[in-house]
Amino acid sequence: MTDSPRAVNGLAPDVFRPGGWIPMRCHNDEDEVDFAIVGTGAGGGTLACKLAEAGFSVVAFDAGPFWRPLEDFASDELHQQKLYWLSERITGGDDPVSLGSNNSGRSVGGSTVHFTMVSLRISPDQLKARSRLGYAVDWPIEPEEMWRYYDEVEDALKIAGPVNYPWGPPRPRYPYRPHEVNAAGLVLARGCEKMGVAWAATPLATLSAPRGRAHPCVYRGFCAVGCSTNAKQSVLVTWIPRAIAAGAEIRDLAMVGRVEIGQYGRATGVLYHREGQWRRQRARNVVVAGYAIETPRLLLNSACPMFPNGLANSSGLVGKYFMPQSNHAVWGVMDEEIRWYKGPPCMAICEHWNYTQSGKDFPGGYCFLSQGPLPMEWSHAVAGDHGLWGMELRNEMAKYNHYAGLKIVGEVLPQEKNRIELADEEDELGLKIPRVIFGYGEDDKKLYGHSLRFMRDCLEAAGGKDIWDQADTSHLLGGCRMGTDPTASVTNADGRTWDIPNLWICDGSLFPTSAGVNPSLTIQAVACRIGDRITALSKRGDLN
Amino acid sequence: MSDTFRHRFPDYDVLEKWNSPSWNEQTRNVIKDRLENVPERKFFSEQEWNTLQAICDRLIPQPDRAGAPIPIVPFIDRKLHQNKGDGYRFENMPSMREAWKRGVAAVDAESHARHGAGFAGIADNLKDATLRAIQHGDVRSEAWHKLPAKKFFEIMLRQMANIYYAHPAAWNEIGFGGPASPRGYVRLGFDRRDPWEAMEADD
Repeated sequence: MTDSPRAVNGLAPDVFRPGGWIPMRCHNDEDEVDFAIVGTGAGGGTLACKLAEAGFSVVAFDAGPFWRPLEDFASDELHQQKLYWLSERITGGDDPVSLGSNNSGRSVGGSTVHFTMVSLRISPDQLKARSRLGYAVDWPIEPEEMWRYYDEVEDALKIAGPVNYPWGPPRPRYPYRPHEVNAAGLVLARGCEKMGVAWAATPLATLSAPRGRAHPCVYRGFCAVGCSTNAKQSVLVTWIPRAIAAGAEIRDLAMVGRVEIGQYGRATGVLYHREGQWRRQRARNVVVAGYAIETPRLLLNSACPMFPNGLANSSGLVGKYFMPQSNHAVWGVMDEEIRWYKGPPCMAICEHWNYTQSGKDFPGGYCFLSQGPLPMEWSHAVAGDHGLWGMELRNEMAKYNHYAGLKIVGEVLPQEKNRIELADEEDELGLKIPRVIFGYGEDDKKLYGHSLRFMRDCLEAAGGKDIWDQADTSHLLGGCRMGTDPTASVTNADGRTWDIPNLWICDGSLFPTSAGVNPSLTIQAVACRIGDRITALSKRGDLN
Repeated sequence: MSDTFRHRFPDYDVLEKWNSPSWNEQTRNVIKDRLENVPERKFFSEQEWNTLQAICDRLIPQPDRAGAPIPIVPFIDRKLHQNKGDGYRFENMPSMREAWKRGVAAVDAESHARHGAGFAGIADNLKDATLRAIQHGDVRSEAWHKLPAKKFFEIMLRQMANIYYAHPAAWNEIGFGGPASPRGYVRLGFDRRDPWEAMEADD
């Protein structure tokens, strides 16, 4: 089905039509293109579009297949594991992170193909964590500028959100109306009202009205394993078709193993594996956009005589300051039927603890969201985390339609010891596999402890019974932090590496702090900004 | 602990929606394959397979499905035969295949150490006590050297639950709506049910 690449010979799959094709400009390996981009997710896919629309020649590589959701996606959790990055990784440290499913994607469009569409802005104060709140570090981009780029991305994805968002500075109207909140979300609403904190319909990247050839969301609830109707505004159905229309080439099933460095210490292209052989694409600039694990892995695997410790690593920080977000949850049984499998999984949100500093015994912030796990995912919580088995497990699982839950996206503070490094083992292509080392700090534990107490009270106030907790992690960030000091960061605010002027990074690995919101909107906003910055630098002759 | 399963959705069969607008061709193909093509043993030895089946019968008991249980062990065997991992392994664990080989042997060894017989041959209450001890890392056998018992138990349980709850019969017993493309759902609020969703029996 997808054993061989689809985007070849001047054609790419039309994601809006079963069996359909669209024309795509193709380049020869020997052509020196303006930009070779490694990865087509929220960072790389977005940037490919921005650069192509600015007139640059672009080839973007992805290790995963180029899906047509309408024909390729089944309504089935097990089958849809094909969307995950399932190559072997080693996970260790005091609090090893589970990988593979919710936090990794292997498709054109990256993990946005299976994300839950939650589209949030980082609070202006959290973007200035050091100077305004006294913890961690500041982002090297001004909050006002970031918030202008959020406007651009929200419009590009036609985010469906509430008329009034209860937290933070004024923001423009969301482009599309909010979705009706499902019962799982109404549990959060009821609890927040009892607790005296605000709640909102979650801003979601799924259509609440038609858009082009895509229909509004039908609330089938399989969002986290891929949308089969194209209501979800993933990178695959938004930036990628735009990028191809503007002249970008997408190479699917193409795993980049190495960024190549020429005699002057500049990137000259990438070595990639496609259709059973290693090939070499020449490029004037290389952008690494493989997310928080694969980006550092590629830079470290590209070590060469001139850069024996890996590329862009004079600071020694490639792979360091890696941050998952905490993803702790409370679950309880309601008298009412909830049937949380209907609709997007996270239809209601409370960002109270991202926008207040009083009543907190920890630095940083978190939001919490209503939940809607499908049966397999839910069994992981009930069996794997709650530890039930035997008939007790089956009887507890049978309460599925009465369960409701609240889950945080929690800020984890940057620590140098949390890192991505290379293991001694090699994968099937002969590339060293990554090892992920993670342990929570004391402040991180205070944060999730606070969240568990607050959410338990909230769920109980909403009528939840037999409440229990679950520890988990979600999105992966950091590992190639951007900053203002070449000795304390890997890139500048433009994602340009300090060491190699034509080597760039554009993905979640740039995050200096993780913040207390889902990162996809921010990764896309940063990518839009990098695209504009590259265009501006090029115009004034500062690209070379 | 109860040994019986309480059926909350006795009249619900998700497969009745097979030809409805809730199921499309892609999904029918996937589920048909799961129901009809139960893998044969290729990875485990016959003895390992029998031990694993005995473990599975306690972790996810199906006495109410005598003769037609949801197959679990065959799918674990296939996953290991194909060597298709979950995308990661813990630093202190051996490779996936090695972990399962050692783990199944260690459950047998633990049973020998505690009760003088292999796991498949001891009484149900002793099986449960043995599994509970392994779950809590309270193990006596040398066989757990280089294999963290708690972690292996968790991996094993997660895998079995994964396969069980990927089966339509398991969707029936929890009242899950099942496949839902292209139709999706309309009624989203408290105590609201579309006509094509499971109806819960009165207490």
